[in-house]
Amino acid sequence: MMHLTRHPIDVGDLLAAVQSAERGGTCVFLGTVRNDADVTGIDYSAYEAMTVDEIERILAEAHERWPESRVMLQHRLGLIPAGEASIAIAAAAPHRDAAFAACRYVIEEVKKRLPIWKKELSANGRGSWVEK
Amino acid sequence: MAKVSVRFFARYAELAGCDWSAVNVSTPATVGDVIARVREVFPGTQAMPPRPLAALNRRQVKHDALVNEGDEVALLPPLSGG
Repeated sequence: MMHLTRHPIDVGDLLAAVQSAERGGTCVFLGTVRNDADVTGIDYSAYEAMTVDEIERILAEAHERWPESRVMLQHRLGLIPAGEASIAIAAAAPHRDAAFAACRYVIEEVKKRLPIWKKELSANGRGSWVEK
Repeated sequence: MAKVSVRFFARYAELAGCDWSAVNVSTPATVGDVIARVREVFPGTQAMPPRPLAALNRRQVKHDALVNEGDEVALLPPLSGG
């Protein structure tokens, strides 16, 4: 499965990539574009080659920490309307504690490490970079 | 001298007026030296913070990392993925 997509994310594909009969707990995190103020959507751009490398490193770290888990993530790029998902992470493990922990680990590292940027688009047609 | 590729992203690409270029630096040179050269060649990038995040060959590095001929330095605005 590709880690980056320019199309709506299909959570079913992510689940199919991680679930198995040995993994009794599955946790899904979805990050959705909020309609803050008059935001109609967010245009996501990335340093794509580095993003893919970094995602693979993060997933490998999760696998080292929770060896029986399987985690997959997909980040969407391009213009995403408010209400649609920009990122989905699915983590499956034999038991729920590891599934939740692995999923949490991956989203927190994503926030710190992926070279991805957001430009919020407003109803008035203006765009502003999100730099916090 | 070493020729180093430089990539600009998001707001920094707007400041530079392009998303890719190359600069020559006298060796030995660091990422910090490349950024100093970039500020001369692309005056708009002087609006970047004093120590912008940088990556060397797709890995985040500090400004004292050494660069070689053919390396790729990327200047990264504050990250906001997710």
